[in-house]
Amino acid sequence: MSSILILEQALNGLQFGLMLFLLASGLTLVFGIMDMINLAHGALYMVGAFLAAWLVQLTQSFVLGVILAVLLTAVVGMVLEATLLRTLYARDHLSQVLATFALILIINESVRMIWGSDLPLSAPQALSGPVELLPGLLYPSYRLVIIGIGLAIALLLFLLVTQTRVGAWVRAGASNREMAMAMGINIRALFTGVFGIGAALCAVAGAMLGPLLAVQVGMGENILILAFVVIVIGGIGSVWGAFVGAILVGFVDTLGRTLLPHLFRELFSPQFASAAGPAVASISVYLLMALVLFIRPQGLFSGRS
Amino acid sequence: MKRETPSWLWALLLILSIALPLALNAFGQDFYISMLSRMMIYGIAACSLNLILGFGGLVSFGHAAFVGIGAYSVGIMITEGVTNGWVNFAVAMAVSALVAAVIGAISLRTRGVYFIMITLAFAQMIYYLVNSIKAYGGDEGLNIKFRSDFGLGLNLKNDLTFYFVVLLALVSTLVLISRIMKSRFGRVILAIRDDDTRVEAIGFPAYTYKWVLFIIAGTLGGLAGALMVNHQNYVSPNLMHWTQSGILMVMVILGGVGTLSGGLWGALVLLILEDLIAEHTVYWQFYIGWFLLAVVLLAPKGLSSFFNRQPKVEVKGHA
Amino acid sequence: MSFPFVKSIFTLTAAASLSLQPLMAADKVKVGFVSTLSGPSAALGVDIRDAFMLAVKLNGGKLGGLPADVSISDDQFKPDVGKQLFERYVKRDKVDFLTGVVFSNIMLAGLPEAVDGKTIYLSPNAAPSPIAGAQCTPYFFAVSWPNDAYHEAAGQYATNLKVKSAYLLAPNYQAGKDSLSGFKRFYKGDVSGEVYTKLGQLDYSAELAEIRAAKPEVVYTFLPGGMGINFIKQFMAAGLNKSIRLIQPGFGADQDVIRAVGNDMLGIFDTAHWGIDLPNEANKKFVAEFEKEYKRLPTVYASQGYDTALLIDAAVKAANGKIEDKDLMIKTLKTVKFNSVRGDFRFNTNHYPIQNYYLREIQKDATGRLVNRVIGQPIMTNHGDAYVKDCPMK
Repeated sequence: MSSILILEQALNGLQFGLMLFLLASGLTLVFGIMDMINLAHGALYMVGAFLAAWLVQLTQSFVLGVILAVLLTAVVGMVLEATLLRTLYARDHLSQVLATFALILIINESVRMIWGSDLPLSAPQALSGPVELLPGLLYPSYRLVIIGIGLAIALLLFLLVTQTRVGAWVRAGASNREMAMAMGINIRALFTGVFGIGAALCAVAGAMLGPLLAVQVGMGENILILAFVVIVIGGIGSVWGAFVGAILVGFVDTLGRTLLPHLFRELFSPQFASAAGPAVASISVYLLMALVLFIRPQGLFSGRS
Repeated sequence: MKRETPSWLWALLLILSIALPLALNAFGQDFYISMLSRMMIYGIAACSLNLILGFGGLVSFGHAAFVGIGAYSVGIMITEGVTNGWVNFAVAMAVSALVAAVIGAISLRTRGVYFIMITLAFAQMIYYLVNSIKAYGGDEGLNIKFRSDFGLGLNLKNDLTFYFVVLLALVSTLVLISRIMKSRFGRVILAIRDDDTRVEAIGFPAYTYKWVLFIIAGTLGGLAGALMVNHQNYVSPNLMHWTQSGILMVMVILGGVGTLSGGLWGALVLLILEDLIAEHTVYWQFYIGWFLLAVVLLAPKGLSSFFNRQPKVEVKGHA
Repeated sequence: MSFPFVKSIFTLTAAASLSLQPLMAADKVKVGFVSTLSGPSAALGVDIRDAFMLAVKLNGGKLGGLPADVSISDDQFKPDVGKQLFERYVKRDKVDFLTGVVFSNIMLAGLPEAVDGKTIYLSPNAAPSPIAGAQCTPYFFAVSWPNDAYHEAAGQYATNLKVKSAYLLAPNYQAGKDSLSGFKRFYKGDVSGEVYTKLGQLDYSAELAEIRAAKPEVVYTFLPGGMGINFIKQFMAAGLNKSIRLIQPGFGADQDVIRAVGNDMLGIFDTAHWGIDLPNEANKKFVAEFEKEYKRLPTVYASQGYDTALLIDAAVKAANGKIEDKDLMIKTLKTVKFNSVRGDFRFNTNHYPIQNYYLREIQKDATGRLVNRVIGQPIMTNHGDAYVKDCPMK
């Protein structure tokens, strides 16, 4: 197995992990501060992707289209929060699960009614070729850009959460909501704001991944589960946990799908390897989660006190 | 339990459920008999979920896995030539019970959202595992040529005969659940749901009670699966996707969380609504979504009073 | 709550009203059309549907002289949905013919319903090997090409080019497996990799990394619909097209893919049983009418959908409208002559076609559009399939 292969897969894992982080960070904050399970988070990711595809088409500019899409999705998210989701904070988890499940159906079909089941979205022409990172390693430039943007946003988010007053409020709210309210923090505005940011992050992920995966109705369902796995591993309410968890999941999933079959082929008979390899690879992420829950049930870096 | 359905109503329902398919058969509308069978099978699955969700207060997001395990057990057996119905169903339920025992043992050590997540994770693991078994169809699913054979001159391929088999299973399930919840075991379960620390203090091992309940629910889920694969002559990993677990939860809440037959009514309402709306528009999920949202938001007090364990922070004056 | 009452009253009324409908009359042809009309691979189902309906329309809304009643449904790329739709069409609507499905896994899930209900299924695409061989049934007719065929032709082409190393990739379902075994049946060089991906998978970064490490001369993939579009785009983005030749089966390089990928497709070779420029009258009419009606060029899928309608039309006419007589219809379908857009067409004993397969290349036409041109002599003539000997039908 060549080192080029491992390096390329590591980059793929990093890219995937960073996109997962964008989704997971919003999810973990909402969960941590508002104590709400939001299954519709994946639907916002989809809305972001569709808006991006539509606006890029309209404006004929990838950058402009994506920026507008992100802003619009943030607005959609905040409206959703202020009208509907707010009523769910006081409810039990089951109600939240079912209400947001219903929301997925509504949002999926609304998107289908407006735009159809899928929209094409292509990376900008300038980024459609590879970059030679090392002799023999040509990596798609678009994916490099994704990695760059993912890291930049991660940095910005950390600065926001750790260095600003708003960030302090967020951390206080995640750590102990009652105390935060008692200290006079405007919880309502904070919630709406956090939700808006979460929605914006989803939209960035959706728009970035759109050209690679397809922009299609239902694209949120699969990635949502992984995002939940990430925040459980990372610790609910912790943005740093979401980052570590996402990178971990990204690597385990990508490298698992590549290395495990190779490994199995070395160790076991080809029959067994070709069946077991992919099987173990696809459940590796869940095994990781079960392991973390076993050792440290509150996640690696719990935000809660 | 709260409102007890009067027994004359049960008797009437039983008579209707026997007369209706006979009437349909006389009119040559076997397709609708098959449709009713499908709804009742989902009813069994939803009632089994209600056992742990409604009565046990355990939000399990992986219940579809048991239905799938039951279905695949029978599917694999029939593919390998074992078509004896008694064997099929016994093995399906035994395997589901075993898997439920394992999943329950691990998951019940957690609570709250972690319990939800870990049951979900297990269901996903099973989903991916089954997906990768190419010998039995994997992604494509498994077509089976024959239905289970119970002997006794019963031909399950006949829609009417199959309907009555399903009806028998449904009635048995309801009777069983009713017996369980009326027994001492059931009362302990209800007490645990409301406050398990207190129950532990009295001396009941809450964990064990929950574990047994979980196994029973899983077994009944397996029964539903065994019936399902017979009905469809087909099973695919999609049956175990987490959204299917979500749909079962929807059925439970529609019909009434923590009621004996809530799962059944929820299944009937949801599936009939689905078919009705789907005839008129491709966007039927949109309408179902709104309907479900309305039910959850304007929910009968039933929901919040059953899950009142941690007092919620009421954001009074700010909401 | 009055649920049980509501439920019983509803079903009784429904049952009563249905029983009052007139018994099935042979004064029209009822067709159930199930296809993938949503999701990333919807373009394929949409093409088959559009072409089928075009043929019916050009025929005055009739098939075989009788008014055509075509009911269209979306299988959402899900086998269980497809199966339920088949059940509804066969048991409730009692259609005369079923058709439409793109993907083999969905068709295989639904076919038993058709066979059990003695309803003839005409496949405008999926034609997997089990149904060509041991599991053949008189109720199944493949109006497209045996799943292996394009791949056999491609394998033959690779052999003709004296290729030494080929990397193969297909999704992990029946048609996928058929495709690569078909390729290997006629390809005489070395196989440096044979990978089966998940059906519906859209991100091929992992597989492309492996391909780069394996350094083959040729990459052959079977990735219909959205899968193929993504793969080709990512293949180009990874710079692999600089050192590796990509050969495709016909649909992998067809109009829908060309529309999505663009000029990068120039120069790709592919194999198919049909091309836009095949010089027969039926084809010329088909391509012109299709473009006029739908403002786009047809794919092989469209040509197959169109041919299916033509076949039903010819068979019903030849049987004098006696569609209730299933045995007669089966016999007629098997032997009737019709003007297929592909030229010569006849069925083998297993109801799969015997026909020619051509090499095509993506070039620019007179107006600068990218099209697939048939070039040279047919790679294979009057070619059947490898499974017919296992089929007991005569």
